[in-house]
Amino acid sequence: MSYDAKFKVWRGDADGGTLEDYTVEVNEGEVVLDIIHRLQATQTPDLAVRWNCKAGKCGSCSAEINGKPRLLCMTRMSTFTEEQTITVTPLRTFPVMRDLVTDVSFNYQKAREVQAFSPPADLQPGEYRMQQVDVERSQEFRKCIECFLCQDVCHVVRDHEDNKPAFAGPRFLMRVAELDMHPLDTADRRPAAREEHGLGMCNITKCCTEVCPEHIKITDNALIPLKERVVDRHYDPVVWLGNKIRRRGA
Amino acid sequence: MAHVPFSGGVHAPGRARIAARTLREDRWWLQPLVTFVCFSAWLLYGLVRASLQKDYFVADYGYLTPFASPCLSTSCVPGSTHFGTPFGEWPALIPFAALTLPFLLLFRLTCYYYRKAYYRSFWMSPPACAVPEAHVSYSGETRFPLIAQNLHRYFFYAAVVISLINTYDVLHAFRGKDGGFGLGLGTLILLANVVLLWCYTLGCHSCRNIIGGRLNHFSKHPLRYKAWGWVGKLNARHMTFAWITLGSLVVTDAYIALVSSGTIGDFRFIN
Repeated sequence: MSYDAKFKVWRGDADGGTLEDYTVEVNEGEVVLDIIHRLQATQTPDLAVRWNCKAGKCGSCSAEINGKPRLLCMTRMSTFTEEQTITVTPLRTFPVMRDLVTDVSFNYQKAREVQAFSPPADLQPGEYRMQQVDVERSQEFRKCIECFLCQDVCHVVRDHEDNKPAFAGPRFLMRVAELDMHPLDTADRRPAAREEHGLGMCNITKCCTEVCPEHIKITDNALIPLKERVVDRHYDPVVWLGNKIRRRGA
Repeated sequence: MAHVPFSGGVHAPGRARIAARTLREDRWWLQPLVTFVCFSAWLLYGLVRASLQKDYFVADYGYLTPFASPCLSTSCVPGSTHFGTPFGEWPALIPFAALTLPFLLLFRLTCYYYRKAYYRSFWMSPPACAVPEAHVSYSGETRFPLIAQNLHRYFFYAAVVISLINTYDVLHAFRGKDGGFGLGLGTLILLANVVLLWCYTLGCHSCRNIIGGRLNHFSKHPLRYKAWGWVGKLNARHMTFAWITLGSLVVTDAYIALVSSGTIGDFRFIN
């Protein structure tokens, strides 16, 4: 069953833009990305939108639908009423390039700032057999498709552009947590988490978890455990005292 | 870390120029509003009840409200001093549990769930996802006083001790009028409350870290891994227990107040 839906789509670039009204045909079973493609095919051939897999696995079609960060390809039209006007805008945390496409290079910069996996220098390939219980905690984090919706929704950078240099964002703090929990990683990542990646700026309001299309428990399983590990290292007087005594005894 | 003045947030240079600060159309304001009202009401109730020093103990059945436990002064009603009376006369308006209540409040105040809830509802930082916060600058939990949130685990240790005290109080509530074994509705309410308090306390994120979360080789610590799994199950419901225990504390205290003041009688099953 088809109907005509009302859409508002942001059109423009870094110099300015507007929300433009469109009426587009919607068919049963379609997602918002299908409608954006129909819009391109029938009314606005120059509409810029980034997309790839149409299956929620490539993380390309991130945008904001009615103000909420979502994947265009995973947002079913059946979640809206036929009378509802659907507003589609680019991600509002990153610089816009054109229409629905933003420049997400902030995230690649932050990815480069995380120290790579550091196994023991003398460990040869095949020498270590990973147990399932040791690896399953990080497997959750490996589901990340890098859609950067968590980075987009995080108010630390969304509402404060000036925090961008000091804050890695939930996606990369999760990466730090993943590496810190790895049985073979030799780096102590806790000082860097606090001083270089801005873990203390996270006030765990859980928006990253709310928008994650892979349903990764970013806050409960990565950010809070990482905060607790930093507490182990930097704020626990019992640990501090123990280390002091051990050093004196050595 | 240096902070420059307000940079415009979603209106920062280079971002899509959209006049509305949020385009959300749902009732995003409802959840923070409900949280604000409920937390404020709870704090007001707790403050009034703890300061009143009245109707906190049912002598016939040994019911002592958690808001007055442990009662350690000679001003306490006879029978309510489960741990003796190391203190003399207690000043008016100061809660009998003044030694423990601050730690319980700080345990909840620094709890990761409550932090999320009050940052959103009281401090609007942010009030809801993709809704701009009301502040011009933001340093998170990197500076005083919010850097003290990192002390959560110490308040967790205190909360474990206080939960043990509450558990001991429940044992006293299995008492009949003649001093022998007894069981009433108040006993069951106190018991349910303390079980829920344990579920909340042991499901804490700090507990999860201490029990096993800090380990990298789970395979080398099978018992701690098992315990970490159990705590994880409670931790997944931490928000639920945070809310339920707010309610169970009020229900327990209100029931004891009503029975103690003679407004209602205790429904007895045994003795």
